[in-house]
Parts: sequence; structure tokens; C-alpha cells
Amino acid sequence: MSTETVAAKKSEALFSKRRKAIVTDPLDDDNPVTVQVLGICSALAVTSKLEPTLVMSIAVTFVIIFSNLIVSLLRNAIPQRIRIIVQLGIVASLVIIVDQVLKAYLYDVSKVVGVYVGLIITNCIVMGRLEAFAMANKPYDSILDGLGSSFGYAWVILVVAFFRELFGSGTLFDIRVLPEAYVNNGLMTSPVGAFIIIGLIIWVQRARNGYVEEA
Amino acid sequence: MDLLNLAIKSIFIDNMVFAYFLGMCSYLAVSKKVDTALGLGLAVTFVLTITVPLNWLVYNYILKEGALTWLGEQYAGVSLDFLTYILFIAVVASTVQLVEMIIEKFSPSLYGSLGIFLPLIAVNCSILGAAFFMVPREYSIVEAGVYGFSSGIGWLIAIIALAAIREKMKYSNVPAPLRGLGITFIITGLMGLAFMSFMGIAL
Repeated sequence: MSTETVAAKKSEALFSKRRKAIVTDPLDDDNPVTVQVLGICSALAVTSKLEPTLVMSIAVTFVIIFSNLIVSLLRNAIPQRIRIIVQLGIVASLVIIVDQVLKAYLYDVSKVVGVYVGLIITNCIVMGRLEAFAMANKPYDSILDGLGSSFGYAWVILVVAFFRELFGSGTLFDIRVLPEAYVNNGLMTSPVGAFIIIGLIIWVQRARNGYVEEA
Repeated sequence: MDLLNLAIKSIFIDNMVFAYFLGMCSYLAVSKKVDTALGLGLAVTFVLTITVPLNWLVYNYILKEGALTWLGEQYAGVSLDFLTYILFIAVVASTVQLVEMIIEKFSPSLYGSLGIFLPLIAVNCSILGAAFFMVPREYSIVEAGVYGFSSGIGWLIAIIALAAIREKMKYSNVPAPLRGLGITFIITGLMGLAFMSFMGIAL
């Protein structure tokens, strides 16, 4: 993966144009899920209901932002050869914090999300942002980058969860939305529904911004 | 017989890709050619077969509540459960590194075909995922080995099938925005649908 270094000027506004772009690019044109194909592993499994999906997005946001910050602060002290292990150690420690907090305050959700919280460790978005951005940029920019990437990730999985819960269970956040006469579509709650919905989201999004992949 | 059942269940019914979405990143990225897909699939199977029993040992002799009793009676109440994540990923990452070095030393030809994939595997979620699934299911060490191996085979089958379909897809006229990732997801969904027909199979 190539390293993106953004040339920073000395005295730059807190929300300059360049920094805004760091946050907004991953939302659409450079979306981590639909364009860069990252972080699908642990994402889709939790999207059968909106509530666990929201919790998962918050967890991922927390992990990305703080791991970006920590790695960026340590970027000159981490030896090049063992950087992967160092990064994994940092990410794993943050994930343990998330997991313990979930178990303590949201026990029901943590049962549903289960092992997928642990799998944030190997979520490619986290590692990808650390490798491509945090290792080469200043802490504040890295936080913004983490914010952008995790929101880009969050909206995609929330949209997937919205459709899966609406058509799979007829509810939103466990509140009945569709009339009782609606027969639940079992396909939506199974993994198959998730794959097809995300395929369609990618189709719509790429049709809109004109991104075409080489066949 | 139980072991055979476990193997069939983890290859077809609880398939890593279609049932648990594990290892999706490399599954999507490295499935353009059958050759490379085969290489990566074999490497994943290999590493899974080693790391799942290894993590079983780590969990049952270090992490589990009361697991440290072999050190002395006073440790019977100690539970290092909360360290599971960090220790498992450390085991996986170092095993991958070790396997890479061993293969490089003893079998340069195997290294030539598998070598480039090994670093990718440390962050393949199916490896870590299999270790996490093993814990609540309370396998014995033999079962853990069989589970690791057959999950790997299941992943191998899935990625080779997808790569074969994608090679054929070169000749079809897919709508431009759907090309690449989009259609791959839909194909994966349809393959998952096909795999659902294995549900309930047992010997």
C-alpha cells in the first residue's frame, strides 16, 4: 500500500480546506468499504439489526481514532521491521477496552456482537489507515483521517442494517414499522441478504460518482 | 465419526465466508485468478491447522479461569480471560512469521508459491475468528485441529469457486458501475444461497 503524505504548511487553520478533504473524502469518493474494499470482514455479520450495527460503528470509530492517534504519536519511535506487531498490539489493547466496556454496560448487545468485536483487531480499515496514513502524518491530521474513514464505514453498514432489519424483521431499532400482515423475508436476515444488499449499494454509489473498476 | 461430522459441518454448513463473513478482505482482493486463489487458500488452511490448536493450548493452559493451576495451587482462582484478544493475535502473528521463515529455509519452491501470501494472512480475520469460535464451543485439542483444518478447506473451496467464476466473467458484459466489486458481492451472495442447501447434512 502506498503511503499518502500530505504536505502540511506551517501555520494552518484548524479546519482548512485540506483538512476538510481528509474528513469528507472517505465518505463518498474514497469510501473504505465500497471503493477501497476494506473492513468487510467484521462488518457485515452484525448488520442484521440496527442496534448492534450502531454499537459496532461506535466501537470501530473509537478504535480507529485512538489507534491512529497513538501510532501517529509513536510513528518515529516504531522500528520499521516490527511495525505490524506493534500496530496489532496497540489495536488489540484498544479493542480489549471496548470489549470490557460493552460487557459492563451493554451486556445484551455484547452477546449479539460477540466475537466480531474481537475481530475489529483484524479489521483491514484499522490496519490500512495505520499503514497508509498514521505512520506518515501528524497526530491531528491522523485523528481527522480516522474520523472520516470510520464515518465512511459507519454509514455503509448502517444502510445495510436498515434494509436488512426493515425487510427481514419488519422493524427498525426493534420498533414495529411495517404492518403485521408483512411476511418477514428470511433471506434478508441470512448472510446472503447482506452480500446482495452491499453489492447493490456499491452499484448505486458507483453509478452516482462515476467510478469504474478495471475488469 | 464425530470428527468427520465436525469436518463436514465446518466445510459446508458453517463455511467461514458464507456463514460468518470471515476473511472477506483477501477473499475479494485475491480472487481474480484461480492460481493465486489456490496459493492463498492453501496458505490459509496451513496456518489455520497450526494456529487453532496452538491457541487452544494458550487458552486452556494460560488464559482460562483455573488454567494456571499447573503452576501451583494458589493460582487456581486466577482468570486471565481479558487478555484473550491480545494473546491470540500475538500467537497468530508470530506463527505466521515463524512459518514464513521455516518454509523459506527448507522449501524454497513452496516459499515461491506461498511466500507472498503469508504476510497477508496475519490480518486475515478467518484465522483469528476461528480461534475465537473455538473457545465457546469447548473443543478438545484434536477437535480444534480438525476444526482449523476443515475451516481452511471451506475457505479454500469458496475462494477457488469465486476465482473460477470471475475468470469466466471477463467475457460477460457487466454494467460499468457494477463491474468488479459490486458483481463480486452479488455472486458471493448467490454462492451463499447455494451453500445453504447443505444445511442439515450430517453423517
